[in-house]
Amino acid sequence: MNWGTLYTQLTGVNRHSTSLGKIWLSVLFIFRVSVLVVAAETVWSDEQADFVCNTLQPGCENVCYDHFFPISHVRLWCLQLIFASTPPLLVAMYVAHRRHEDKRGILCASRSRAKQEEDLESLRKRRLPITGALWWVYAASLLFRLLFEAVFMYALYAIYDGVWLPRLVRCEEVPCPNEVDCFVSRPTEKTVFTVFMAAASGACMVLNVAELAYLVAKAATRGPARRGVRKGQADYAAKDKGLLQMMRNETLMASSSSV
Amino acid sequence: MNWGTLYSQLGGVNKHSTSLGKIWLSVLFIFRVTILVLAAERVWGDEQSDFTCNTQQPGCKNVCYDHFFPVSHIRLWCLQLIFVSTPALLMAMYVSFRKRGVRRNLIANRRDRPTQEELENLKKRRLPITGRLWLTYTCSLFFRIIFEAGFMYALYYIYDGFQMPRLVKCEQWPCPNKVDCFISRPTEKTVFTIFMVASSAICIVLNVAELIYLIIKNLMRCSTKHKMSHVYTDHESKDKAVSQNKINERFLSTADSDDKAT
Repeated sequence: MNWGTLYTQLTGVNRHSTSLGKIWLSVLFIFRVSVLVVAAETVWSDEQADFVCNTLQPGCENVCYDHFFPISHVRLWCLQLIFASTPPLLVAMYVAHRRHEDKRGILCASRSRAKQEEDLESLRKRRLPITGALWWVYAASLLFRLLFEAVFMYALYAIYDGVWLPRLVRCEEVPCPNEVDCFVSRPTEKTVFTVFMAAASGACMVLNVAELAYLVAKAATRGPARRGVRKGQADYAAKDKGLLQMMRNETLMASSSSV
Repeated sequence: MNWGTLYSQLGGVNKHSTSLGKIWLSVLFIFRVTILVLAAERVWGDEQSDFTCNTQQPGCKNVCYDHFFPVSHIRLWCLQLIFVSTPALLMAMYVSFRKRGVRRNLIANRRDRPTQEELENLKKRRLPITGRLWLTYTCSLFFRIIFEAGFMYALYYIYDGFQMPRLVKCEQWPCPNKVDCFISRPTEKTVFTIFMVASSAICIVLNVAELIYLIIKNLMRCSTKHKMSHVYTDHESKDKAVSQNKINERFLSTADSDDKAT
């Protein structure tokens, strides 16, 4: 179980996303996950080993490190990325559920085997339009993404009092005798990466907000356009459902008449 | 053998689970296994090397670490996740056993050989959760709940709660008198312990909800069967879907032949 597995899952979702959603996924994986795995983890690897305090008192370093770094930046980013990736997986689950229903409809219909195969192939390749229930699921997933991103960014800011890491921290925790100077390992490099990850997170939030606005605008324009349309024209999803229901009805009528 | 292999095995079981079962699997792998592998293992990586005692006595640190950490959190969680995944694999074994039986009957009873297509359909078909499959599924849920609760209790009992202290006082031999020992990253460990306990609790809730859903569904099915007038000619243990499929096929083939005639 690793970032690669998560990436495979999320690229499956990509097909049903908007263009902004696809850009969001690329930013997430290229600028955040890759940078975390390839660079940030190495920078933070010696965070405790090279956290040095000006004392010989055993245990003082441990306690001071724990006081100033209650939860490491790398772990916060890991959790943030996992939580931010989870809502799109819910969209994928919903799409799979819809496909399963449509597939059952196709198999129930009384068509020739070849026609059924053709229908199943087109169903597999078809991209569901983001309307109706899927619109709501997608919008909810965007809201949750935004919420998780914002919460983790705030948590990082609140715990570390900003994005800047100091070189020196003064520690008065027990068992340290009096006040002790402790020195953080690689503070400048850590500050650079913290700023970078915060900026990437900000960019992802902006993309999510833009995508949400786009979806809302699209739904708003689709609403009045649909009202003006003639009776014969229905939107794709409703037409789909109607067609499947018609096929099911045909089967039932045919079987009842033959009996 | 790694978490990826386990994931692919359990993904196969997913097809025969209820929706709650599918949600349980996602929670298990996204919030527990992934976080264990990507984050928690790093936090506990230096648990012994950075466990410091205020003494120069050789061996004291080792003995104190062993006294306060008989089994590491990470190992307990690994075992918990493996034990909890095992009942689902038993389900998979039962389903494949059932499918093999149906396949053998199909090959033996038909005059003409069943087509590759029909065998493929059999492989892909989802068995309804009734009869013996229902019993197997319910047992697997029951064992999952027992294992989850058992490991959570074990963690609580060994570590006297879910909070990790900064300082522990050790009096084990060969430490001279009482010695202060300091744990590495106690706050971060407490955060992850609470997170893993919360995920485990969510999984227990999902399993209990799924168990209740299955029991209610079975009770409703029994009461509907009582009310229905015509009797099924096949036994309860036989696959109802297979017989219904055969009936449907007969209707469809007659409908097709009618179509061709017209």
